[in-house]
Amino acid sequence: MPSLLEARNLTVAYGGIQAVKDVSFEINEGELVCFIGANGAGKSSLLKALCGMAPAAAGAMHFQNQSITHLPVHEIVRRGIALVPEGRGIFSRMTVKENLEMGAYTRHDLAIDADMEKAFVLFPRLKERLKQQAGTLSGGEQQMLAIARALMGRPKLLLLDEPSMGLAPLMVQKIFETIREVSKAGMTILLVEQNAKLALEVSQRGYVMESGAITLNDDAEALAKNADVRKAYLGD
Amino acid sequence: MRDIEVIVARKTTSPYPAWLGLALIAVALIAAPFLVQASLGTYWVRILDLTLLYIMLALGLNIVVGYAGLLDLGYVAFYAVGAYLYALLASPQFGVHLPFWLLLPLGALVAGLFGVLLGAPTLRLRGDYLAIVTLGFGEIIRIFITNLDRPLNVTNGPQGINLIDPIAISGFSFARPQELFGINSVQAYYYLFLALTLLIMFVCLRLQDSRIGRAWVAIREDETAAEAMGINTHNMKLLAFAMGASFGGVSGGLFASFQGFISPESFNLMESIMILCMIVLGGMGNIPGVILGAFLLTILPEALRYVGDLQRLVFDRVLVDPADLRMLLFGLALVLMMIFRPAGLWPSKQRQRELVKDDELHPGLYDEQK
Repeated sequence: MPSLLEARNLTVAYGGIQAVKDVSFEINEGELVCFIGANGAGKSSLLKALCGMAPAAAGAMHFQNQSITHLPVHEIVRRGIALVPEGRGIFSRMTVKENLEMGAYTRHDLAIDADMEKAFVLFPRLKERLKQQAGTLSGGEQQMLAIARALMGRPKLLLLDEPSMGLAPLMVQKIFETIREVSKAGMTILLVEQNAKLALEVSQRGYVMESGAITLNDDAEALAKNADVRKAYLGD
Repeated sequence: MRDIEVIVARKTTSPYPAWLGLALIAVALIAAPFLVQASLGTYWVRILDLTLLYIMLALGLNIVVGYAGLLDLGYVAFYAVGAYLYALLASPQFGVHLPFWLLLPLGALVAGLFGVLLGAPTLRLRGDYLAIVTLGFGEIIRIFITNLDRPLNVTNGPQGINLIDPIAISGFSFARPQELFGINSVQAYYYLFLALTLLIMFVCLRLQDSRIGRAWVAIREDETAAEAMGINTHNMKLLAFAMGASFGGVSGGLFASFQGFISPESFNLMESIMILCMIVLGGMGNIPGVILGAFLLTILPEALRYVGDLQRLVFDRVLVDPADLRMLLFGLALVLMMIFRPAGLWPSKQRQRELVKDDELHPGLYDEQK
């Protein structure tokens, strides 16, 4: 499978403090890859760098064999990388429909309505609440909306930042089922998650991050069996 | 909640066609200067002109504050730039007398440029920090103009610029007492201002529903998410700044020609705050609300002048200076607004949503969840 995203020796720094140190990885088309690790391991900073929100201090990123290292956020989004931000970042005073329309902001084609219908197959709940103000949705529904909104831009790569954050356990299960379905439909997904157990369950491959560096990478199944990972992240 | 019901009821049960309302408004707007002239005198037609000027200013600032959510406390600087540009290029100050149809677009352009000049380095700041920088900018422009009479006299300093050319269209000067079709000077200005106000309103309405308008709302709601949607947030904010500034520039030019005299006094911080108050009072982001706010805050202080006469009539002397009373009532109005109508007198639907409790707006919302 051809590689869709490739990062080489990527370093992200905030005023001298290195949040991500010399990280290299790649994501192939159609894969669901997770990055797990503790709070402050640099997972979110890595995502921010991938979509241009945090500048790369060193290293290079390539998307579809083109450099995106120094591109501004809106350019990267236009190339097909969609971010579902941490804490969902929905437009709470817009309606659900307006939120979905914002997701298609970069598009000018006529298939937007059809895509919205497709999104409703995955997220039937959103159709019921189409005219409702997004801020009044429950946390889980907001996360669904955030994912659906990101898909409206027809991305080639979906970046999910802590989709389980602040959700009830039952809702978390539901969100992960949805992520698995989106992946099955052919979407390439990079998932950053603290809930290592669930993340490894849905993913094909995984990277373990520790204080800014990748310490392990393997098939998700192998990682889930790895003694160190079990001890550090799975509560054994 | 009640307000929403009223609005819904108004929308669904009106037995009259929409054009009838518009026609009535049009007739009222056309007749207004004559009715006011006949009943209250020329002074009040002047107030009416000023009201239109403030509506233009408020609509301009509304783009920055109401749409894009950028708190600009130095908006009056762009007004000043437009006014001084007009004054310098159409007065005996330099002996230059350019026509208004050249100066107004030029004013819009130069003020817009100043908007970009201010915006480019500062728009990475958010919220309060941006407010402080814009506040500083407003003061810098005013002080700059005040002191630009030495070593080379450009702005005439605190004395201001006098004898500014009135607007003239093919030989008909708006200032001369001559009458054209029975219209006097202030009435002529009224129609000119009205036409420009309608134009600015139209631009604002179109912007609101455009991609640009949507992008502004998204930035206002959540800048990070807006960025993730592929919006070039920096350029969009800059555009909001430039557009707001250019409307301010046009208003400034009109003000200069209308008054015939300007000085740095007219462009102090209080003026910026006043324009901001018009927006907040009327309803941020909603064009009818902003117009209402501008109208009320221009008319009411004038109306308060009569309170002095009333006091003299009743008590034989003025007990409370109307000017003091004005600030007092103004403060009281703002406090009352904060308590009873925090989103303004006539808020936009989006702002209104913020006001109403979720479960009232959507009964049964929380029943089946969690």
